[in-house]
Amino acid sequence: MEPTALLIAATLNAGTVLAIAALGLLINEKAGIVNLGAEGMMLCAALAGFATVVHTGSTLLGFVAGMAAGAALSAIFGVLVIWLNTNQYATGLALSLFGAGFSAFAGTRFVQEKLPEQVVHAIPVLADIPFLGNALFRHHPMVYACVALTLGLIWFLYRTRAGLVLRSVGESPESAHALGYPVRRIRLMAVMAGGALCGLAGAYVSTVYTPLWVEGMIAGKGWIALALTTFATWRPARVLLGAYLFGGVTMLQFHLQGIGVNLPSQLLTMLPYLATVVVLVLISRNPTWIRVNMPGSIGKPFYPGS
Amino acid sequence: MLRLEVRPQPSKAWGLASPLLALVITVVIGVCLFAALGKDPVRGLQVFFWEPIKSPYALSELMVKATPLLIIALGLAVCFRSNVWNIGAEGQYILGAIFAAGVALTADKSTGPWIVPAVLAAGVLGGLLWAGITALLRDRFNANEILVSLMLVYVAVQVLNYLVYGPWKDPMGYNFPQTKTFERVTQIPRLMDGSRVNIGLLMALGGVVAVWLFLFRTRAGYAQIVGGLAPAAARYAGFSSRRALWTALLISGGAAGLAGALEVAGPIGQLTPYVPAGYGFAAIIVAFVGRLHPVGIVFSAILMSMFYIGGELAQSRLGLPKSITGVFQGLLLFALLACDTLIAYRLVWKK
Repeated sequence: MEPTALLIAATLNAGTVLAIAALGLLINEKAGIVNLGAEGMMLCAALAGFATVVHTGSTLLGFVAGMAAGAALSAIFGVLVIWLNTNQYATGLALSLFGAGFSAFAGTRFVQEKLPEQVVHAIPVLADIPFLGNALFRHHPMVYACVALTLGLIWFLYRTRAGLVLRSVGESPESAHALGYPVRRIRLMAVMAGGALCGLAGAYVSTVYTPLWVEGMIAGKGWIALALTTFATWRPARVLLGAYLFGGVTMLQFHLQGIGVNLPSQLLTMLPYLATVVVLVLISRNPTWIRVNMPGSIGKPFYPGS
Repeated sequence: MLRLEVRPQPSKAWGLASPLLALVITVVIGVCLFAALGKDPVRGLQVFFWEPIKSPYALSELMVKATPLLIIALGLAVCFRSNVWNIGAEGQYILGAIFAAGVALTADKSTGPWIVPAVLAAGVLGGLLWAGITALLRDRFNANEILVSLMLVYVAVQVLNYLVYGPWKDPMGYNFPQTKTFERVTQIPRLMDGSRVNIGLLMALGGVVAVWLFLFRTRAGYAQIVGGLAPAAARYAGFSSRRALWTALLISGGAAGLAGALEVAGPIGQLTPYVPAGYGFAAIIVAFVGRLHPVGIVFSAILMSMFYIGGELAQSRLGLPKSITGVFQGLLLFALLACDTLIAYRLVWKK
């Protein structure tokens, strides 16, 4: 029983990282922008968060620093693609390559650093329930915040006027422009919000999930988060479920090793990446399924008056 | 306020000037970075732009590093011109290295020199297969080639690790995760004594001519370009988009695989976990900075090679982390993309 409870707990924790980043990317894509720079932003944010916690001892400040780093980098990306009309794929790729290089460069002196002892989180009473307590109620507050974020995003996107405007900008920027909405400013705000969430996910990785700093520690989570938005056909609730599914795949490797399955560790490490490919194939094979749900102007530049 | 205005015609002059301006911007930021870190900026510039070319030996090392970049970027140029976003060249490079190593490891004292072409062919095959997976999944299931090709990089790294930590580990290697050193006969022939430049450089230069001829002098190459620029026009002309997808991915995969084979049987001489050196990602920047043109890519590959060597020197001479190379690579691509705006737009001052 207990190993299963711990597997569920680890799954939720791993899924939280992916979900926060993927929800951020979802906001971008709902506004019509694809940011392939997620991996780079998460790396820089992971470093920013880690360095902040090393200096201040406050995890909360670490999260703030991570969000700021993500938002700042995505602002550069946003200005390039929205105002200078650069290719979104190439610019995002530049951000990922730059982020990987910059975080490795700036992070060299943090490799040996250690973080203060982690606080144990447990919800009183609930945490003592057998099985469920270990599985659900001994998590970092971020795990619950992530569920709240998903619900909040559903409410924002589908129940508020601002959410409607955001989606209209992603569906048909020409119409939104004709109605008098500042399309480019809205897109920039969406890009920065998405960057901040990617940053939060990155900082969570380096300060809570695996509290250390090593070069390239995001290990493709940003790219998996990008795949998750497609997998979820751009629906927030499905993003969260998909993230937990992928978290489960990631954690399965440790579980399998724990129960004595004798497979090469490299094969197990491959699993999340292979799962991403398989899931992309399964979801993409039905073109109408994708087309019906995909924001209409995703990846397309918009320049008023051209 | 400064505004962008669409040019009636894309500017040819800015097409050439933009990479140079991007380089200038990168250098200026680099100088500021050196100064901010308390290092002498002049010394920094020397390390990146003078040391790699100051002696015949330094020049030959520059070529050693430029060769894989050039070969991979040539393939990617065909790919990107066809609007196929293969960003997993690193994985195709690793598979090329693995396949080549598989052949090289079969050699023994009695093996003849025919093994070298076999090693190279195996490398190409490895790259073709790995890129072929991406092409197949895109073609049959419409799976996004960006994400699939990138995920396969992570898978390729694990395949490599499995082999060098497992079945292919050198039993006499003091438990280091690496294969035994390949037999001498598998060594890619060098062009001259005293330098590590091998026939890979000639193959790369041959590739420049071949890609130029393919893109600009054959019907198939024309079909690739039209398909990339205007899919509707290509369809109307009867050019198959599926064929273009496969052609683009197989050319770039094969090229990356060849580069992997040349590297593993050339300068490295055995399979180790350090085979992936980021060439596959750097080549993306090389391709763009070289304007996706074979001749331009020659220059950008040399420039990127300078960044690599400069990074290593910055580590040994200035005590800076080697990863400074990655910072400059990223900055260069950012600057290039921003400068490229001036090709299609001009800046005008309007109230």
